[in-house]
Amino acid sequence: MDTQTQRKYVYEPSKTTEPDFPSTSRPKGSPFFAHLITFLILFSLWILLSGKFDLFHLSLGIISCIIITLISGDLLFPESKTKGLIRSWLLFLKYIPWLLYQIILANLHILYLVFHPRMMELIDPEIIKFQSKLKKELSLVTFANSITLTPGTITVYVSVDGNFHVHSIDKKSAEPLPGEMESKVARAFGEQ
Amino acid sequence: MDIVVTALLVIGLVFFTGGGVGILRLPDFYTRLHPAGKLDTLGSLMMMMGVAVFNLHHFTWGALLTSLKIILIVVFIFLSSPTATHSIVDAGVRAGLVPWTKKERRE
Amino acid sequence: MHYIFLYTGLFLCLLMVLSLYRAVFGPTVLDRLIGANAIGSKTVVLLILIGLIYKRVDMFVDIAMAYAMLNFIAVLAASRYFQKKKGLL
Repeated sequence: MDTQTQRKYVYEPSKTTEPDFPSTSRPKGSPFFAHLITFLILFSLWILLSGKFDLFHLSLGIISCIIITLISGDLLFPESKTKGLIRSWLLFLKYIPWLLYQIILANLHILYLVFHPRMMELIDPEIIKFQSKLKKELSLVTFANSITLTPGTITVYVSVDGNFHVHSIDKKSAEPLPGEMESKVARAFGEQ
Repeated sequence: MDIVVTALLVIGLVFFTGGGVGILRLPDFYTRLHPAGKLDTLGSLMMMMGVAVFNLHHFTWGALLTSLKIILIVVFIFLSSPTATHSIVDAGVRAGLVPWTKKERRE
Repeated sequence: MHYIFLYTGLFLCLLMVLSLYRAVFGPTVLDRLIGANAIGSKTVVLLILIGLIYKRVDMFVDIAMAYAMLNFIAVLAASRYFQKKKGLL
């Protein structure tokens, strides 16, 4: 059934045709490094989940991790560019504590709203639209998930070219929206 | 050590209580998602951290492994909870639910 | 310390009853889905607390992890199913 015809409200996504996904042809460079990192991540996950260190279980883990790496080794690092990989992960790790601090601040705000006796006068829900400057899909997904994790705002719709619709619960949480978090995400994924 | 664990558990319970009360009090579907999806996430983070710290009280390698598993659950919740929230919102938008707004904004 | 975990678990059960109100009497189907999701995210914590009370955390952690994944997949599947329905109001 066509879902486009069911949409009838004002804040609905625009009907412009979204651009196609970027072509999935990957550069044919040696993907050995990406495969190695995928194998290491999978194997550490295996050790963590099994918790047995004898030879039998470890060899079973190595065999199954090699099979999974051969099948879907280019899933986690699709570009197979090995140059800026570790640096970008370090930048991303620097982004996480700021996000946690932001989440705790906003959670306290929501907690104050919920327990306030005159809550119905304080809240003021609305739908905001804005256009993001981010380009990569991974950074768009991270930005949308960060918006949803920060309380007071939920991402309703995001398109491939960075068109965001955000539902916010009151004015205070709607104000700082496209500003600082977007530049932080852009810096974490190397888009400046 | 026990004081830290108890404090973390109580903070987590406060966040969970906020989530439960918020689900009951807020006026419509879109606003109810705000406490339900996110106060629960931070509450489970706090309580899991408390349990992981308590589990390392008598240090063994098995206890360390269990604590790492608990942290893995927290990471999984932090990845999956926004996705679930966004999926529910998307279902609401496509079904055509009108968001609740204030009265002066409606006119 | 034993009693702290016990009363924390009991309080979590009380909060689950609060969410159960929304899951039973919710005006729309999606409200019920929100209530069920909230109950699921409390259950994950409650399982680990039960493990602490019975001193078998290493076993209950695996159950909690499986329950977290199951809760996530159930919410995704239910919301994907209901977005095709028009008359759910």
